Amino acid sequence: MALYILRRVLLALPALLGLILLTFVLSRVIPGDPAAALAGDAATPAQIAAIRAQYGLDRPILEQAVVHLRQVVTGDFGTSAFSGRPVAEEIWQRLPATLELTFAALLLATLLGIPLGLVAALDHNGPVDHVVRLLSVGGLAIAGFWLAIMLQLVFAMDLDILPLRGRIDVPLGLPPRVTGLLLVDSLLAGRPDMFWSACRHVVLPAVTLALPALATIARFTRSGVLETLQKDFVLYARAAGYGRVRLAAIYVLRNAVTVTVTQIGLLFGALISGAVAVEAVFDWPGLGTYAVQAILSADYKALLAVTLVVGAVYAVVNVAVDVAQAIIDPRVAEDGR
Amino acid sequence: MTALRHILRDPVATFGLLLVLAAVVVALFAPWLAPYPDDAFESHLLQRLRAPSAEFPFGTDNLGRDILSRVILGTRDALTVALAVVGAAIAIGVPVGLLAGWREGWLAETLMRVTDVFLAVPQLILALALGQLMAPGIGTAMVALALTYWPFFARTVFAETRRLRGALFVDALAGIGAHPARILLLHVLPNAAPAILVRATIGMGFTILTAALLGFLGVGAAPPSPDWGLMVSEARQHLPEAWWFPTFPGLAILLLVLGFNLLGDGLRDAADPRLRRSRGH
Repeated sequence: MALYILRRVLLALPALLGLILLTFVLSRVIPGDPAAALAGDAATPAQIAAIRAQYGLDRPILEQAVVHLRQVVTGDFGTSAFSGRPVAEEIWQRLPATLELTFAALLLATLLGIPLGLVAALDHNGPVDHVVRLLSVGGLAIAGFWLAIMLQLVFAMDLDILPLRGRIDVPLGLPPRVTGLLLVDSLLAGRPDMFWSACRHVVLPAVTLALPALATIARFTRSGVLETLQKDFVLYARAAGYGRVRLAAIYVLRNAVTVTVTQIGLLFGALISGAVAVEAVFDWPGLGTYAVQAILSADYKALLAVTLVVGAVYAVVNVAVDVAQAIIDPRVAEDGR
Repeated sequence: MTALRHILRDPVATFGLLLVLAAVVVALFAPWLAPYPDDAFESHLLQRLRAPSAEFPFGTDNLGRDILSRVILGTRDALTVALAVVGAAIAIGVPVGLLAGWREGWLAETLMRVTDVFLAVPQLILALALGQLMAPGIGTAMVALALTYWPFFARTVFAETRRLRGALFVDALAGIGAHPARILLLHVLPNAAPAILVRATIGMGFTILTAALLGFLGVGAAPPSPDWGLMVSEARQHLPEAWWFPTFPGLAILLLVLGFNLLGDGLRDAADPRLRRSRGH
């Protein structure tokens, strides 16, 4: 098992290295002359030359690539053209907000999606199955930014039972930063009022973000359960007198859920993408709003850094998922994938 | 034909097909179907933000334009963008997949590693990065979406080509001296076509969704284009009063994407009956 984990981690490294190279190539090739792009429209040739020398853009391309790699590996993403602060620091500030939102959504999607998929499979081709199927296709077809606005319209504006935007009621301030996750930090600080406020704020964004993930999880659980129900051991267990519900909930689900777990890893990418839209609508101060702000202010260092960080988080999550899968189903590790 | 018959037997997939066909008809005849075809660009400030009525079934927007007309006119843009993006992604991804799948060696290795790198970042983030580096706009957004979607086709075709490379009929063709290009284009590609078609259908829905999101974020279509995402974004300042303003463009996105997804689901069943609408994409 340890060997499998090690191999899985080593396999993720080339992809990350490739990603760093890709962002380098993108940042050098696409703007035409990056120095001119950095200097802005009104710059004189002398100013452009000064910027070229300042950023080392007059060095050989291979040397630039090595410098870029060294900077990225040491966590040096340069200075934001928008705020003038180090990009790495700003990302470090904002990453927990996105992670908190994403994990809340993933938790919601898993807790609802797996049971939904299970009951749909047990009611194969029945009414419950059809409702879950419609939900799982519809959930993937809905535009997150639109759903977010609709939820705001109903629950925050019309009914006024949930907050419109932000992570916490502003007058409460913020708990001392330990993990950066407000739900955790507020509890660590012993402030139930802050915790409650943070809970209320996370509901609408998390629900919006969870829906497509919920759809996918329900769908894969359903197909996994249906497939497992065909297996011989199920027939045997039923013949031996196991109750239908106990059999399904314990023995079938554990076998069926391995496919779902892989999906949860892949979903993480979709969740991060979805977070861009959801954060924009709910003013959630995470990486998504940071990326949008970087685009609108042409802050390409910030945007490339976000791309890299998201790629890295994505890689880590996928390794974690593979390991989790190997723990649930040890055969995976033995197959030597 | 068999695929079509298979889809028509499945009511849910037929519903998807009807949604897509309806959108195509609306897109083709948009200028004649829209009650106020000039409202794509003209504004009428005296009738701004009117609630839905017989005169304006979906209400009017912040510039007094008929929302129904703009939703109808926007269908054409949405479909054109999606077709162009998916077409370009196929044009890049399919040759890459064929080439990498046919031969083992440094070229195949390189191609597939590049594909993996593209797949290692969430597509939207990469599209945003690309879009921004190339100056925002609808053209840029389309290039960015195509550049981030081709790896999905490359993967699909790669898997099919690898599977078929060892097939008996391919050996036989090589044995009688068929050129590899002939084998790939006339024999391997048709076998991969169903998988490509399913991918493309799902990709249409996905592209419409992502293009709308880019429009919403202000890096896609620019005003006064009747882009659905852009319309939802323009509506935000007029809430909660003008509830109809974001609602109908969003519903249009939902229905069209739903159509493509249901159709793609049905096609997947038709392409591979063993899967029986249970596996994911």
